[in-house]
Amino acid sequence: MTDAIDLLLNTSLWAAVLRIATPLIFGVLGALLCERSGVLNLGIEGIMTMGAMSGWLAVYLGAPLLVGLLVAAICGALLGALHATLTVPLGLSQHVSGLGITLFASALAYYLYRLIVEVGDLPPTIEPFEPLNIPFLTDIPVLGPILFAQAFPTYLALFAVIAMAYVLTRTPLGLAIRMTGENAHAVDAQGLYPTHIRFGAVVVGSALMAIGGAFLTTTAFNSFFPGMVQGRGWICIALVVFASWRPGKALIGALLFAFFDAYQLRLQTTTEGVPYQLFLMAPYVLSITALVLVARKAEVPASLMTPYRRGER
Amino acid sequence: MRLERRAHVPLYLVIVAPICAIFMALFLAAGLILAAGVNPLTAYAEMLIGALGSRLSITEMLTRATPLILTGLAAAVAFRARLWNIGAEGQFFAGALITAAIGHSLGVPGWIGIPILMGAGMIAGALLLAGPAFLRLRFGVDEVVTTLLLNFIVILFVGLMIEGPMRDPFAFGWPSSVPVDGAFRLPDLIPKSRLHIGLLFAITAAGAVWVVLTHTVFGAETRAAGLNAKAAAFAGISLPRTIMSVALLSGALAGLAGAIEVMGVTAGVTTTMSPGFGYAGIIVAMLAALHPAGVVASAIFVATVFVGADAMSRATGVPSFIADVIVALCLLTMIVALLFTTYKVRR
Repeated sequence: MTDAIDLLLNTSLWAAVLRIATPLIFGVLGALLCERSGVLNLGIEGIMTMGAMSGWLAVYLGAPLLVGLLVAAICGALLGALHATLTVPLGLSQHVSGLGITLFASALAYYLYRLIVEVGDLPPTIEPFEPLNIPFLTDIPVLGPILFAQAFPTYLALFAVIAMAYVLTRTPLGLAIRMTGENAHAVDAQGLYPTHIRFGAVVVGSALMAIGGAFLTTTAFNSFFPGMVQGRGWICIALVVFASWRPGKALIGALLFAFFDAYQLRLQTTTEGVPYQLFLMAPYVLSITALVLVARKAEVPASLMTPYRRGER
Repeated sequence: MRLERRAHVPLYLVIVAPICAIFMALFLAAGLILAAGVNPLTAYAEMLIGALGSRLSITEMLTRATPLILTGLAAAVAFRARLWNIGAEGQFFAGALITAAIGHSLGVPGWIGIPILMGAGMIAGALLLAGPAFLRLRFGVDEVVTTLLLNFIVILFVGLMIEGPMRDPFAFGWPSSVPVDGAFRLPDLIPKSRLHIGLLFAITAAGAVWVVLTHTVFGAETRAAGLNAKAAAFAGISLPRTIMSVALLSGALAGLAGAIEVMGVTAGVTTTMSPGFGYAGIIVAMLAALHPAGVVASAIFVATVFVGADAMSRATGVPSFIADVIVALCLLTMIVALLFTTYKVRR
């Protein structure tokens, strides 16, 4: 029992929380942007897989790490454009299209990986992002290693939260996006194009999801392997509901979730006699519990999943 | 240019749509096969030979199609009522696990035991989906996420059981559960092959589901609930009761797939016994436009792609993941094709 409390006082736990939260922050922001404009994007799991593969592959083939993130973002944006084409102008079922994107994107990622990369006994590796070492700041006791010794993408994620919150709540563009999610007809009446806004939101949101996936292969690990996203995308979809479609709350949700995940990982090594699968189940059980707790008072964007066709109610 | 809903969908479109979708998907995937330095026509010919070229390959393909028919039916039944059951993978494993758990020590003859085990698998699958259906009805929790997350939970639970209480001490390599009693292994449909009578059960299930959906009040209620939930409720249909019944039926079908796979093919449960039968079931259902009879045909198509791709991969070196790409593309092209069957383009 004292072990369990000691773990909480360990700075490495808190540093891990930010690290584990990073892909979730990207994913949940991406999903949130799509849904705020009225489009559910269940392609997230596959888009993250594609981001993980393409970002890693670019670096493996000689590109700098930042270019790797960019390549991932572009691949994500392309998949987002596909989902947007099917769901916005064509108005197809967002559930089915999203699942189709996930199945397609994961299969394509595995196919291209097998095609391009020679896999021996061990998957090939790259040099991942290193934790930053900021003079003075990193040396601050406790806070230094937690806040100022993360890798670059983690800071990018935190910046993205602020940028997303600012754009959504303080700019005309954000107002238009939120309005499209609530009432697309009203947007049309204002002389704006709801279909264009949704298309853009899904493309940008999907790019964010892909960067989240790329974090896994360019920072958290240094190689790619099938099944590595492990439901993180689905957890992000749950976190959006938990966060009530707000970027700030999304950050808190991702951090809370990452805390439990980091804690269970450490408990696993100190607790004996408990099957490790029970610990691995915890994140999924936690997500379902969170959904049950908040679902009743969820402020769902009013026209989420309602396709917009001009002149049709 | 705008879209206008067709008052009546002509029969030829219902048949032409999936065929067009499949050819479109094969055309798009051809680019990826070219990228591997292989002539797509050669690759597709190898796939056809690999899946249908010999008696053995045909039986292998039908063995693969058996669980796909059932998971496809599970998705079709649920999607018709707009119950988004993405958890057929988990329900499959729940059915498989319960079958293996009671199937190695059940002291009854085979002809009693096999129906009991199939029933047990169905109950396990049904109960697993009843949970998310209850959460949706009682708390308004979206069932997509809960069913998806349950897949991960169930597979971890299977791992826990087969490394712990259900571990087969005689299994080599990867952990597996104790196999089911020999009396409960499904008899072969064709001697000297892996094809078992489970295929007949699956086809019977498709027929039964077709009758239920088209010739019973319950079937009409599920259709109404799927087409327009508000209007259905206004017409006096109890939505919660309909959704829950659909969930039980859908879960039971996926659970049955797991039970039959254990009794017919694997004997014991492993965490790798399903190459995504649950997820592929969604594709099977959509390719069939959610029609039970179509599900049998599209399951055979999807199984042909998977079994054929393995053989093609060995012969040409194209990664076998191309099968997953092809069927996923089929799903995407099919939903576009379906749009043109329900709508027509007006200038």
